Amino acid sequence: MVKEKKEDKETRKQKEKMLLQFESYSWNESFARVTVAAYLARLDPTVEEMEDVKTAVSEAVTNAVVHGYEDCVGKITVEAEIDEMLFTVKIHDDGCGIVDIKKAMEPLYTGKPQSERSGMGFSFMEAFMDEVKVESMPGKGTTVIMKKKIRRSLNGSNDPVNRGGTQRG
Amino acid sequence: MEQSEKNSDQVMYRTAGTSLIIILPVEVDDHNCKGIAETTEEYIRNRVVKRMIFDFSKTGFMDSAGIGVLLGRYKRMKELGGEVAVTGEDQRIERILKISGIYQIIGKV
Repeated sequence: MVKEKKEDKETRKQKEKMLLQFESYSWNESFARVTVAAYLARLDPTVEEMEDVKTAVSEAVTNAVVHGYEDCVGKITVEAEIDEMLFTVKIHDDGCGIVDIKKAMEPLYTGKPQSERSGMGFSFMEAFMDEVKVESMPGKGTTVIMKKKIRRSLNGSNDPVNRGGTQRG
Repeated sequence: MEQSEKNSDQVMYRTAGTSLIIILPVEVDDHNCKGIAETTEEYIRNRVVKRMIFDFSKTGFMDSAGIGVLLGRYKRMKELGGEVAVTGEDQRIERILKISGIYQIIGKV
């Protein structure tokens, strides 16, 4: 009986989630992107797809650390979902929120012009993911939802040279 | 080996004539970029710096924080009548630099 159930589980279409929570210290920017990359690895993405997701996650988590929790330390939640080949990652903070989302997403706009920041965070997220959505209200925190379709070839990992399953860096 | 692992997340600085070479870590992000502006300012105060060269030979990951540093240092060196250049970037880093458009103002060594 139990065995049947397990087989059911393993043959059905793959859909699963993971949840990660950590404090808004800047050293966790690398922890977050490496952990999400390790989770994404089960979809057998190309090196480029892997790097795209890592960069986008790094941008969103850095925003939460630098802008969301500007003067304090708070919790950042990363939720990732695999639905067949569609990868969704949500980065949430309970920080100060964004007053004008449209303006914040403008290329080269930075909320901290005095420090050396490029203002390209959201542009990078949009460049590397298929879809980027931002939900935020002043005082209510920010959630960034990003989606990317992983385009694995039909017969699985047939190209070892261009596969980045366990790559670090 | 131990030495290089120890330094993999640290920024290193070297001078050659009037050039200041900034050897970037394995991962260039907001966390690892902290202090680059301040440290390069110290070099500028203490010696003649005509050119800042950012060395990406060790770097495998970079996000927009790295672009922020390059842009900031470019503006500063422009004020001083100097220049900024990059070197040693692999395909991935080159792709990030291209997307940012920074090659329009910063050259390669």
